[in-house]
Amino acid sequence: MDGKMKVIHTEEIIKNIKEMCIEANHYLTDDMVSALNKATDTEKSPLGKQILCQLQDNLRIASEDMIPICQDTGMAVVFLEIGQDVHIEGGLLTEAVNEGVRQGYQEGYLRKSVVKDPIFRENTKDNTPAVIHYDIVEGDKIKLIVAPKGFGSENMSRVFMLKPADGIEGVKNAVLTAVRDAGPNACPPMVVGVGVGGTFEKCAILAKKALTRPIGEGAQIPYVREMEEELLRKINQSGIGPGGLGGSTTALAVNINTYPTHIAGLPVAVNICCHVNRHCVRMLE
Amino acid sequence: MNRYLTVPCDEKAVEELHSGDYVYITGTIYTARDAAHKRMYEALAQGEKLPFDVKNNMIYYMGPSPAREGRPIGSAGPTTSSRMDKYAPSLLNMGLKGMIGKGKRSDAVKRAIVDNKAVYFAAVGGAGALLSKSIIKSEVIAYEDLGTEAIRRLEVRNFPVIVVIDAQGNNLYETAVEEYREGEIK
Repeated sequence: MDGKMKVIHTEEIIKNIKEMCIEANHYLTDDMVSALNKATDTEKSPLGKQILCQLQDNLRIASEDMIPICQDTGMAVVFLEIGQDVHIEGGLLTEAVNEGVRQGYQEGYLRKSVVKDPIFRENTKDNTPAVIHYDIVEGDKIKLIVAPKGFGSENMSRVFMLKPADGIEGVKNAVLTAVRDAGPNACPPMVVGVGVGGTFEKCAILAKKALTRPIGEGAQIPYVREMEEELLRKINQSGIGPGGLGGSTTALAVNINTYPTHIAGLPVAVNICCHVNRHCVRMLE
Repeated sequence: MNRYLTVPCDEKAVEELHSGDYVYITGTIYTARDAAHKRMYEALAQGEKLPFDVKNNMIYYMGPSPAREGRPIGSAGPTTSSRMDKYAPSLLNMGLKGMIGKGKRSDAVKRAIVDNKAVYFAAVGGAGALLSKSIIKSEVIAYEDLGTEAIRRLEVRNFPVIVVIDAQGNNLYETAVEEYREGEIK
């Protein structure tokens, strides 16, 4: 074996995934907290402002009393960026991730919301399996992202297979259509993750990953960043507001990721997340 | 306007509530979501009795997270109501006076609300930790095997909700959004 190979044991992965499931369900990241603070100051509707204040109280109670922010503690979505100079010892990586989820949901008093079969619907009673996305990257570290996803907003997410001729206006319309149809069901103020390009499944994964990008960071590509800003403005003019009960805060951010695509296609995925946009990031080295 | 409501309640109390009112509920309510509704619906189809008398009662669409030791309940916010739309009209016709959830309702549910002088409340979605503080007691009364989806009897004190659809058929999701709409979102 090459001397550069870094060994990471599955025990470490289990422990971290467990802690991250609990952390993500009780504390939002700083960017989400400050986006909610800012929205509370700028919201035009009195009822909307009252709801945003309740959401802030909710975050405080969740962290102080260790009560999950939302009772829908989600299906555990896990992104693993694995450095190609890492060697994993102690068993199968997928099993380690699921064991971490199992322990986290059990020990953290989190709701078990996963059913074994989509038709027969028997609860697995430990919230496994997780939905895991693996990426092989440079280096000798593993980046873990745990993003428990609630289904009130997941159910309002969409994939649109647009035509190349639909262009940028088609992409914008797709996002606005998904947000309008989601309305109060997706627990606004929402975060809107968008994937443009790739294939049918690639755009959906891009959209999901976009939800984990810090609010306010903005896309690297200038036209994409402009589109994010324009869409956020338009969504907040929709009137939907906090809780869908009217107001000027319907979304806290629109995050768009793009990828090369086929000459014949323009796939667009819109993954909507509620204001409980949970994700926890750690680096194992 | 702010109001206080004691439940169970009759249609006279419900008729005083208006779309947009902020209401603090005190009393006894029942939880039921997808799987419990399906079972109740099947029970009715077979001529069996429901696990509780829905007349003058309220159903909260909610499946809590597990309670820590010494607490009545875990996180306890509303789930999306529209998944119960298929079942709600028959319960309303049997005298159910109110539903607490979040999100839009079907035309059939809206009609059943008006026909039966009932009310649809929204609790703030994603505020499960805050809402749990208004729940004093929780007891599973039926379908225990459904876990979080079992039917629970809850004792609540000043549980905060907002009237969305009132007994006259006014719908806050439509009126309030129109009031704050600034652009044409296509």
